[in-house]
Amino acid sequence: MSLTPTAPTARPAARGNPVARFVANNGALVGLVILCVALWIATPHFMTTDNVLNVVVQASTIGLLAFGQTFVIVAAGIDLSVGSVAAFAAMVACWLSANVGWPGPVALVAGLVLGLVVGVVSGVSIAYGKLPAFIGTLAMLSVARGLTLVVSDGRPIGTPDAISFLGSDIGGFPVPIIVFAIGGVVCSFVLTRTVAGRSMYAVGGNLEAARLAGLPVKRILVTVFALSGVYAALAGMLLAGRLNSAQPQAASGYELDAIAAVVIGGASLSGGSGRASGTLVGALILAVIRNGLNILNVSSFWQQVVIGLVIAVAVGIDVLRRKNTHP
Amino acid sequence: MNKNIRTALAASAALALTLSVTACGRDSTSGTSSDNQQVTIALSTLNNPFFVDLRDGALAEAEVQGITLNVLDAQDDAATQANQIQTAVTAKTAALIINPVDSDAATAAVKPALDGNLPIVAVDRGVTGVDVDSFIASDNVAGGAQAADALAKAIGEKGKVIWLQGTAGTSASRDRGSGFETQIATYSGITVVAKQTADFDRTEGLDVTTNLMQANPDVVGIFAENDEMALGAVQALGSKAGTTVFVVGFDGSDDGLKAVQSGTMVATVAQQPKELGKAAVDAIAKLLKGETVDATQSMPVVTVTSDNISDYIS
Repeated sequence: MSLTPTAPTARPAARGNPVARFVANNGALVGLVILCVALWIATPHFMTTDNVLNVVVQASTIGLLAFGQTFVIVAAGIDLSVGSVAAFAAMVACWLSANVGWPGPVALVAGLVLGLVVGVVSGVSIAYGKLPAFIGTLAMLSVARGLTLVVSDGRPIGTPDAISFLGSDIGGFPVPIIVFAIGGVVCSFVLTRTVAGRSMYAVGGNLEAARLAGLPVKRILVTVFALSGVYAALAGMLLAGRLNSAQPQAASGYELDAIAAVVIGGASLSGGSGRASGTLVGALILAVIRNGLNILNVSSFWQQVVIGLVIAVAVGIDVLRRKNTHP
Repeated sequence: MNKNIRTALAASAALALTLSVTACGRDSTSGTSSDNQQVTIALSTLNNPFFVDLRDGALAEAEVQGITLNVLDAQDDAATQANQIQTAVTAKTAALIINPVDSDAATAAVKPALDGNLPIVAVDRGVTGVDVDSFIASDNVAGGAQAADALAKAIGEKGKVIWLQGTAGTSASRDRGSGFETQIATYSGITVVAKQTADFDRTEGLDVTTNLMQANPDVVGIFAENDEMALGAVQALGSKAGTTVFVVGFDGSDDGLKAVQSGTMVATVAQQPKELGKAAVDAIAKLLKGETVDATQSMPVVTVTSDNISDYIS
């Protein structure tokens, strides 16, 4: 891994003809296309405008969590708290609106700020408190979920209009897709066009070298967790908006789906690589599988097996491909 | 170190004194038993309005009976629950109400307590292979059948229906499902076109229903094994809910009842969690007084529709 903050996104490029190169660089995208074509053939109900929009809407929550997670994983960290933080931020925002009487938009912004604060707390405990990221965010997973229950007393709270809007549609076009798209563009922009983003690759590629090169490593680590916190809070709002209700147990376990989406998208858990576009494809793959299995009415017992296998195969192929292109 | 021990001793002495004084005070006024009335209720989770209601019902009844209730929340973790029960028994709880996280896993934790002649009541879920003093639960199989009847009535006994299942392998899902399956089969005009799990979760209910409606746009009814999934289905159906597609849920949760009131859900089979909690404390109170109680108590479930919603919503 090169240390210069302007290094390319560390994706190996195959030599030879452009098609082979494209396939080698976009394994997950090719997988997604194959999956879609297979479902298109298997059922007439998959490739319809409505259903495609559904799939993207259903990918949006995990997708936003995964965009936030991408920053963290690029910097060689991991954030297990995203599902809990999503529920916590949405619950507090709805509570502020319903019980304290804050206007919806203000409560929404307060929830996002809360996500930021929670992310900074995790980041500080990891960068300055020297906790391993796995442990620091595992602690936050528990704390944030617990506080969600405290705030809500274990009961759902209705959403204000501003949050419901995030889950509604404008003239038939779903708002979650718009939010998801903006989240993706911002994620991609930060990673590829900003000094902070480029520094994340350097920190993830080789932390010690990045420090010696004079990068503010600790501040960068706090930044990635702060970004992950904000994205988690936004995902939580979106989820609550779709349900018109903030649920105390919302998004539990989603951290694993978010991590899976990032890894399926080609990022390495050892840091230094990962792209927003890959994460987008990863999130879509998970949503397409769930949607397809429902439409095909596959037994619920088998669904979990299939999802697990697809994750293993997707990442396995990626690992093999890297070995071949970079002997 | 010594100072700490002395402080602790003094504190516990003071506590014991207070407790005995309180107990005496209660004795002289209400005339209940003079034994230690500290009863432990070990709940599977409080991360679910159902169990919060169950706790509230138990607490209310405990106050009536002059029992101090120590509420434990295992957060759906069987190992945590085993530890909590062990600790409670060591701390000489007078009796135990258990709502197992897992019926099989609870056996090991409950057995020593039972051998110690502690009165034990299981509520909502049983304890496998152990004869607790009383097992109190809703009749989930009958409830599933009631749900099938309510759905059949709503759709005029004909058409295609979707069945949203709970978490695979749980007893609630098994029982409600089997009751529903048997009863819905008696209506020859009704076909179950899809049965899929949505994990008792509202978000999953929304996503799975959206997906299933793609493949089965002509569905007229949905049965969900709990209200959370039913509410997700309602969200997925939008304006179709209650007009062209009829949704029946299960549990009678606050949000479920509200949905029945507003017409987006046609019925919910109401469990009565507060009654479950009340009955459990009631049974414990009897056991502590040396009276006998029924070994199993089936709490009836009620089909709540627009006809009787006013009895359930305040």
